[in-house]
This record gives sequence, structure tokens and C-alpha cells, in this order.
Amino acid sequence: MRLELGIIEIDDVQFGDETRVEDGTLYVNREELIDLALQDDRLAGADVELARRGEEVRIIPVKDVIEPRVKVSGPGEIFPGVIGKVGTVGSGRTNVLRGAALVTVGRIVGFQEGLIDMSGPGAPYSPFSRTNNVALILRPTDGLAPYAHEEAVRLAGLRAAVYLGKAGTDVAPDEVEVYELSPVTDAALPRVAYVHPLLAQGLLHDTYLYGVDAKKILPTLIHPNEVMDGAIVSGNCVSACDKHTTYHHVNNAAIQELYRRHGKDLNFIGVIITNLKVTLADKERASDYASNLAKLIGAEGAIVTNEGFGNPDTDLMMLCKKMKAYGIETVLITDEFAGRDGGSQSLADATPEASAVVSVGNANEVVTLSPMKRIIGDLKPAEVIAGGFAGCLAADGGLNVEIQSIMGSTCQLGLGKLAARGW
Amino acid sequence: MAEKKFRVVHYLNQFFAQIGGEEKANIPPLIREGAVGPGRVLQKILGEEGEVVATVVCGDGYFAENIEAAAERVVELASSYKPDVFVAGPAFNAGRYGVACGGSCSAVSEKLGIPVVTAMYEENPALDLYRKEVYIIPTADSARGMREAILKMATFVRKMGLGQEIGPPQEEGYFPRGLRVNQFVDRTGAERAVDMLLLKLKGEPFQTEYPMPTFERVPPSPAIRDLRSATIALVTSGGIVPSGNPDRIEAASASKFAEYSIAGVDDLTSDAYQTCHGGYDPVYANEDPDRVLPLDAARSLEKDGAIGKLYDLYYVTVGNATSVASAQKFGKAIAEKLKAADVDGVILTST
Repeated sequence: MRLELGIIEIDDVQFGDETRVEDGTLYVNREELIDLALQDDRLAGADVELARRGEEVRIIPVKDVIEPRVKVSGPGEIFPGVIGKVGTVGSGRTNVLRGAALVTVGRIVGFQEGLIDMSGPGAPYSPFSRTNNVALILRPTDGLAPYAHEEAVRLAGLRAAVYLGKAGTDVAPDEVEVYELSPVTDAALPRVAYVHPLLAQGLLHDTYLYGVDAKKILPTLIHPNEVMDGAIVSGNCVSACDKHTTYHHVNNAAIQELYRRHGKDLNFIGVIITNLKVTLADKERASDYASNLAKLIGAEGAIVTNEGFGNPDTDLMMLCKKMKAYGIETVLITDEFAGRDGGSQSLADATPEASAVVSVGNANEVVTLSPMKRIIGDLKPAEVIAGGFAGCLAADGGLNVEIQSIMGSTCQLGLGKLAARGW
Repeated sequence: MAEKKFRVVHYLNQFFAQIGGEEKANIPPLIREGAVGPGRVLQKILGEEGEVVATVVCGDGYFAENIEAAAERVVELASSYKPDVFVAGPAFNAGRYGVACGGSCSAVSEKLGIPVVTAMYEENPALDLYRKEVYIIPTADSARGMREAILKMATFVRKMGLGQEIGPPQEEGYFPRGLRVNQFVDRTGAERAVDMLLLKLKGEPFQTEYPMPTFERVPPSPAIRDLRSATIALVTSGGIVPSGNPDRIEAASASKFAEYSIAGVDDLTSDAYQTCHGGYDPVYANEDPDRVLPLDAARSLEKDGAIGKLYDLYYVTVGNATSVASAQKFGKAIAEKLKAADVDGVILTST
């Protein structure tokens, strides 16, 4: 399976008569984007605003972030089983509008939406402060239940991203990245798998694999290219800091790093998708199954990432323990909830086998965010989204919030450079 | 040198202040002008930059037996010399002296808001009492390590006096305080993870970024012998509150718990109660809050005589992203209230 990503660098985004890419600028036809969103009669209103990196703009509350892409050649369509037809993705050519992102915004669905600051002290925490964002602001019809609201917003965002991605169809990429798990001749290189748990707790905490609700899967093997080419879509409202947005899935940092080291330092043998469910029986079954698969494909080591916090800590520890019992060494990537003072123990579960852990930051740490000139969305929910608290919103529009509320601040796929250290 | 010298107050016990041994261990805090004993070496190292303006002395026995009063007196004595930095010890492996050093540093830091530092041996029992709030530098177990200890303390005092930032323990050499602090590093989480895995697979040394905590295991209480005469309370971390969330419990990372009366209430209805928990779709909990706080079922048990009485108050917080330390604090406080009200058992529901 050989996947070419045609990277089209986007360094500006502007409104225009026609949605197109020209000299690194993405021009967006606002009306077409709004009409597309309103195809869903569960949505009563839509608007589009633009936010460029470095601007004094705060986007809140944010639900999902999606990278615009288009399938140029090869089988499959973008977001198969959700927007595109069901069919294997991960080969051929996909053009990527790198540096652009579609951001869904609007009235709060649950509590676990987040914020993106395009400049100021909040910007270093979010990868989406460095993208040029097309914010799609969506208003649901009155009385729409949260699960229907979530679905309508999710699908509108994905449709819009696919629409934007089409602007890259005939554009010559600035660079072509090739991903192919070529056979490794050096038998001495360790065989390393990637275990990728997807949040699947229900009640607004869901993820979709080829359109299948991840609650309904047993752990399974998948080629990394499929993940990189849009097989996984986010549908969840876990805290902003450590939810995997759809953008994170196609830019999975753990997969990219294993690819980079493939054939040099290690032999990357594949990805095992598992799920993070709520009952003990489900956790036992999923961790058994994922460990069995790792053993079956002959893994000597595995990177295990996580999504969400608290309840999923148990899945993470079970995976670690069961793989160790098979002699498979693991490194876990997790964030921490050590309290605002950093003085609490950080995880909801622990096991002595978890001797190698990468910490991507304490999500409870409080940061002061300066007021912004322009707000896309609505600032008021800042006090009720996860990571906000009563009184955290200052009269001048400044915020005093846990980094939990910043999109992607403690990404447990390992995308960011934040770390928590013992002091 | 037009620069003003920073002012240091040093704390010593009766022995190192050369007042006496165990027979003088009961003397209350007193203050001496300038540097005394080990403080003279400290002064020599600080040179022209800082001045040990006074030394507070207290007997180890007195401090250990009157911790709060003694610490308060140390603060009073020290504050009259307007110090910029407060330094205590080194206490080596002396347990009572360690408590006096840690206790006086902690009190001075809290009351005067100035930087403080002390030093002791790794097995000194005072280390775990004060390491979270006070910088503590490792020393040898006895006064044989005095010179080295004073040198290290002087480095700290100088940095503090000049208003320089104290870095992480790995760089500065103090005992880790058990705090988790965020910082941006050179490599992404994914890069660090693969690096660590390769070392682990080769059997080479590597350093985990989060050593596993040991969990406090709570032994279950003995079973209630006679439920029919027992008072049972309802407690939940699922966020069920009266409509409007009057105490504004946070949707995540709760900073408080609340107490509400359910006297005379048989059923939690959607017009009077709701959830404020941010970790799940609230539709089903709001439709029927009994799904999270099972009041209707508990009332029917009470009516049938299966339990003696349902307690008139219930307690609620939000478990979503709330730190273990906060949860422990709420749990203890709620347990004390229930105990004082002679409640025999609790039905604790989570989400």
C-alpha cells in the first residue's frame, strides 16, 4: 500500500467569488459553504469567518478541526463510510491543503468544547493557532437533542472540509510525501506495533472507523496509511486538550514518527485499533484482544497512545500489563490531571508495569489568556466548558483557564512539545 | 558597589548556635544580631552581595512540642529584620531539627512571602512533611557534611536574594517537591516515546516522564449487620444538583462539593433537578435525575423497611477531570459530616 500525500502549502485564507487555491492562498466562497452546511435541516443557521495565524482572534467554542484534502488518484474517497463511499483508503494520491483547517464552532453541545487563540499566551499550546482557519459557525434548530446536534455539526464540518479540499485537485503540490511500509531487510531491527485506542464511551464520546461506531468494533489491525488517509473520524466531545480531532487522526504523530524511524531504527509492523469503552467487561475484552493481536503479529515493542482521561487510564494500564505478560515492551503516551497546583497524583489508575511513560502535560495547569480583538463564536461558554470555572472570564475578555480548555494542548498522540516534569 | 545587599535571616537550633546540647533543647525562640556558627561560613560565601542580618535560635525540643506557636514566634522575630531570604539548618538527619527547619521555613514563606530554603538528609522524616512547600537541599547524614551543605545552600540563597528563578530539581539539585509542572521541550511527545521505546528494547537505561504513583487503598468497612435500623445516605460524583446549579459546581475539575436537603422529596424530577457534570451527554440524567442519584429507589427501600431511614441530606460533586487530591479532600470532609450525623452507610454513585 503506497500513499502519496501532495502537500500544498497554504499560508493565507481569504474570501473570494470562487473557492480555489492560488499562490498559497485559499479563497473561500462564503455562500456556497453556508448553503452546504444548511443542507441538513437540523441546522437553522450558518456563518463563516476566517482566522489567520498571528491575528488577535479567539475561536470558541470549538468542536472539531478538519484538514481539507482531496483524493486525486487511487481507490477510496475522503472520509469513507461517513462522507465518501465505503472503500479502502490509504493508497494513490491525496492532495492536502497543509496550513489550512476547517473549524466547527457554535452553541455548546456538551461542555467539552474548546478554544483556539490565534496569538498571545494561548497560541503555543494549540497546533490550530498555527493553521489558517475557516471557522464554520453552526446554529442548531430549537430543541435539537445534544446527540443530534453533535451529529449535524460533525457532518457539516466534514462536508465543508471535503468541499474546501476539492480546491486542491488541480494544484501542483509543493512537496510529495510517500508512505509505504516497505519490507525491512535488517532482521535485527525491533518489531514495533502501534496500539491506537479510540474513545468510544457513548454519550457524546464517540469515534468512527470507516463509518462504524467504534463502540461496536472488536480491536482490529489496520494499515497506517488508512488512518493517514481519513479512515477515522472524530465525533466526540471529550475535553478540548486531549480529544483527537479529525485533523489529529490524519496527522497522527505516533504513526508519522514510527514511519520516520521505519527501516532505520525499527521495523514498524502495523497499527492495532482498539476502543475505550465504559464497562469493566468491555475493557477486559478490548485489552485482551488488542494484546493478542500484538502477539500474533510478532510485536516486540509497542507505542500505546490514549484519548481522554480518567476512565481510559484503566484501559491504558490493562493494555500495558497484558502486553508485558506476553513479553512485549510498551511506552505509553498520556497527559496528566495533577490539579491546578500540580500536587496531586495524575492518573486514575496505575500499574507497576507502566515503567515507561511519556507525559504530554498537566491539563489542569492554569494559564492567563489576554483579551482578543475579535471573538469568533461566543465567549460566554468559557466559564462552563471543561477547564473553565465560575469567574474565569474577566470583564475585559481575558481568561484564566486550565489548559484543558485549549484545543489539542495535551495531545496524547504526541503531536505537541509540552511535557510535565517533576518539580 | 552601589547595589543594596540582600538581607538574610538564618535559623539554627541551640546546638549549632553554640548555646548548649540536649539540656538547652527547651529554650524558646530568640534572635541574635548577625551570623552565628555555620552562618559565618554562609556570610563568607555571600561576600558583598548579601548579608546575614540575624540568626533565629530555638531549642529542638521546644519547637517539636510547640510547632505552631514556635513557628509563629520565629516569623515575628525574623520579620523585624526585614529579610529578603530565609534559610534554615542544615538539619542533616536530626528529626526534631528537621521539623524546626521545615516548619519555620514553611511559616515564613506563608506569612512573609519571601523565598525560603533548608537542607537535610534524605531519610530525615521532616523531608516528606515539608518538601511540597519548601525547597530542601540534600545533605550528608551528619555534620561531617557541613561544608558541602553550606556551599549548596549559599548558591540557593544567592539566587533567591538576587531574584533569580529557581529551575527544576534535576538542574538545581533540591529534593523534587512532588509537583507536576508543564514546560515546552525540544522534542514532540511521539519522538520522545519512540526514543524511550528503543532504549527499553535495547535494555539500556531510560527515564520515564511519570513514575507510577502508589494508590491509597481504602479497606472496605465491615458489612452493616442490620440494614433495617440503619441510616443510609446518598452521595454522588455524577453532578446531580437543584436546577440552576446554585453553588456553581464546575462541569470539570470541581473545586467543591455541595450539600442539599432531600427531606420530603420522593422523586427527583426534571423540573427541579439537573446534572452539572460535563463528562457525558446530560439528556438522560436531566430527563430523570434518579438515574444518577437513585432517590426513588432508596425511598421505596425505606418505605418497605429494607433500610431504617434515608438521611435527609445528600452530597454531590463532579468527578470529571477532578484531581485525586481534590477528590480525597472532598471525600474526607463528606465522611466527617456523615459520621457526625450518625449515618451508618452510604450509596455512592459515579458516572
